[in-house]
Amino acid sequence: MTVLLSAKNLSVRFGGVLAVNRVSFEVRRGEVLTLIGPNGAGKTTVFNLISRIYSPTAGALEFEGRRLDDVAPHEIATLGIARTFQNIELFEHATVLQNLLIGRHIRRRTSAWSEFLFMPSVREAERDARRKVEELIDLLELQHYRDSLVAGLPYGVRKVVELARALATEPKLLLLDEPSSGLNVEETEDMAFWIEDIRRDLGITILMVEHDMALVSKVSDRVVAMSQGEVLAVGTPAQVQANPAVIEAYLGTAGDLSSLRRPKTGVPA
Amino acid sequence: MRFVFKTRYDQDIDLAKDGVQQFWYAGLLVALLVAPLFLPDYWLAQLTFVLIYGIVAVGLMLLAGFTGQFSIGHAAFMGVGAYMEAFLAAKGWPLPLSLACAMGLSAAVGVVVGLPALRVKGMYLGIATLSFGFIVEEVFARWESVTGGNTGKPVVNAQLFGWTLDGAAPFYFVCLVCAVAATVMALNLLRSPTGRAFVAVRDSEISAQSMGIHLARYKSMSFAISAALAGLGGALYAHKLQFISPEQFSLVQSIDLLLMVVIGGLGSIHGAFLGAIFLIGMPQLISLGKDFLPPAIAQAAGLQGVIYGAILVAVVMLEPTGMYGRWVKVRTWLELYPFYRRGMFKRQKSFQKSERLK
Amino acid sequence: MLLLQIIVAGIAQGCVYGLIALGFVLIYKATETVNFAQGELMMLGAFCGLAGVTVLGLPLWAAGILAVVAMAVAGLVIERGIIRPVLGQPAFSIVMITFGLGYMARGLVTMIPGIGTDTHSLAAPYKGEVLNVGGLVLAAEQMVIIAATTLLCAGLFALFRYSRIGVAMQASSQNQLAAYYMGIPVQRLNGLVWALAAAVAAVAGVLLAPQTFVHANMGFIGLKAFPAAIVGGFSSLPGAIVGGLLIGLVEAFSGFYLPEGFKDVMPYVVVLVMLAVKPTGLFGGNARKKV
Repeated sequence: MTVLLSAKNLSVRFGGVLAVNRVSFEVRRGEVLTLIGPNGAGKTTVFNLISRIYSPTAGALEFEGRRLDDVAPHEIATLGIARTFQNIELFEHATVLQNLLIGRHIRRRTSAWSEFLFMPSVREAERDARRKVEELIDLLELQHYRDSLVAGLPYGVRKVVELARALATEPKLLLLDEPSSGLNVEETEDMAFWIEDIRRDLGITILMVEHDMALVSKVSDRVVAMSQGEVLAVGTPAQVQANPAVIEAYLGTAGDLSSLRRPKTGVPA
Repeated sequence: MRFVFKTRYDQDIDLAKDGVQQFWYAGLLVALLVAPLFLPDYWLAQLTFVLIYGIVAVGLMLLAGFTGQFSIGHAAFMGVGAYMEAFLAAKGWPLPLSLACAMGLSAAVGVVVGLPALRVKGMYLGIATLSFGFIVEEVFARWESVTGGNTGKPVVNAQLFGWTLDGAAPFYFVCLVCAVAATVMALNLLRSPTGRAFVAVRDSEISAQSMGIHLARYKSMSFAISAALAGLGGALYAHKLQFISPEQFSLVQSIDLLLMVVIGGLGSIHGAFLGAIFLIGMPQLISLGKDFLPPAIAQAAGLQGVIYGAILVAVVMLEPTGMYGRWVKVRTWLELYPFYRRGMFKRQKSFQKSERLK
Repeated sequence: MLLLQIIVAGIAQGCVYGLIALGFVLIYKATETVNFAQGELMMLGAFCGLAGVTVLGLPLWAAGILAVVAMAVAGLVIERGIIRPVLGQPAFSIVMITFGLGYMARGLVTMIPGIGTDTHSLAAPYKGEVLNVGGLVLAAEQMVIIAATTLLCAGLFALFRYSRIGVAMQASSQNQLAAYYMGIPVQRLNGLVWALAAAVAAVAGVLLAPQTFVHANMGFIGLKAFPAAIVGGFSSLPGAIVGGLLIGLVEAFSGFYLPEGFKDVMPYVVVLVMLAVKPTGLFGGNARKKV
């Protein structure tokens, strides 16, 4: 049970707002860990800290034992961390295939000079990249959209393309930001299967942010509940859902709940 | 109706997608090779200019169309290449060597001009490049010992492997070789990881970083390559005109270059050459058309400006994908005949989103 | 004393740059478009003023008002006819349209038979008059420019502070679709902004005309307003004026103390320094995308 990513007392402050406050958790190799919490809890901010879009004002992040303090944003992918974005950050004016091929960028073996001349080594590298990307297209059933420009695609397909692009980097850790938001029931079921496949067949550890509690319970090994930038509880999905602090953050106190029940006349409560 | 049946990945990787395309491009190459035999000197000179401006346009297309970096002072790079070439040719350097030096210096200046790109985006970058353009133009005018100042500098003929290129045809072939080489190299870049990285930088910087693309390195590279190509074009331009002066590389020229890539079709290499044909061909068309206009309009000095401006406005409003975009639509109509559907290329009404927050 | 003289000259010139920059910033704040034809709008305003004085025989102040009104209408027409259909396209394309408009404006003016290609002087009633303030010689033209600019700024400040237009403008520039949903009459606002920017440019043109003469290439003076807008911060209206003043001062001082040719280049050097040190300008804010 090795620890792949660990956050220790992670904090980040934006002006006067403490978006993330002494957050600590561990992601174990091979597991699916989900961050849940109401909006504004700081879940995506944690992701942005891991991707090095922001720098923490206190605390530390470690990946495979190595601290991430001075890693530049573009070096995160080479370390083996890939992510999807909440609001989809695809390359709109490129085709799906080109988007996925860009995902292979860190596996590039050719230099710009050899690319100018398109030496045979470059052609071979292009064929290789294409083969790898086609495997992902098969896995996620994107064949129909291969040559379509992303700009014209429906939302559900774009989410899948974003997932495929992240997988194309062959990461060790995959950060999924709300993978099922905007998807219908059938698409969400597909997503659940894919997450299982990714974990089992591709051996990738997954850290996700999710609101759909059914999906969370089905897929996650452990859950971290956050609220107002702090960690409320860590445990299995069942444990966390039963945790009183979590219930209070989501629904209000138990007392409030009973006052919402309409009294039935003549029937004992 | 033609359907391309793909069986190998190489078909997507290749430059010419199938037999028909290969045929047409080969035909174009042959036509360009035999042009000096058929074209009178004047038209050959115009074709040479199309090739020269085409090279510069390819560079600018890479920078603005594919990497999304505004460059409003691009003529400065042409000027750097032109003056370097004039300087070295006067010293008797052979052409390949002096061209390489001109390109190298332009690339270096390009990296310097691209430094603001690492910090600012969009219009700020545009104005930074504009500022550089003014400063470089002023340097050309002031550094009289090297550039001859505002009075300009005559340029001697190029020396290639011992013999002097003083005819229209030999120089045309040099330009043709350079243009083909520049185009092929640009296309090679675009179908390999570097070119895709450029497109990534254009479309979403944050996403590009999360894919492992080092923004600073690719932006600088794009500026360097684009400036080198502009320098190459400038050097050839200097030899063709045999005289250069700072005002040939001013803001007006920079805007002409941008006009070229926008009208040609932003985001395609074909567009670069179509734009060059437009830029060189338009004055010819205007002089032809002058006979049909009343003298008051035809003789007016501002006619060319009005027409260029009007066409630019019309292109952006009606056909934002430029000449090449229009050609793609025509070609699709021909390919799919009679099954072309009218709404195939319909543009969605788009609403403005802030580019500051990109 | 000489120092003060240079400062006054710099401030007067800077006011003109500031006015043009104000036009830029107005349009940028509302539609995130940079209007490279702003200088040409100024030139057209100057020509309107010229027409008012020479053809209609109006006194300068009346011709000025005529120019302002005419350019405001022109601004509305340009926005309605040319800019509105293309909003939503990438900023680069819209910038190219403004370049095209500039070309057309310059070309059309040059085509006017007889007048277009010449340089004209616009006689101002206060031309040549000077004020002597304790040894300091102040040209009346400079004083008029400074006074007019101050009045105009006060008016605009009141407009934006005490009306909802400012907030509505910002909203429609950041996310046009959402602004529509909020019931903001985005298109009418944009028209208003362009009319305002064109009117401000006309004022700048009429103020500048007595000094620089009226000719078709006057618009290139407007290019110096870009450094002004950058220095002040592209999203800040007071910044535009302050930036303009700074650039005017830089020009005045470098014209006097530095060798020839530097005067034209210094504003651009200042821009580059500003972009290296504080890209958002003196008064600009920092906006960053939240992913």
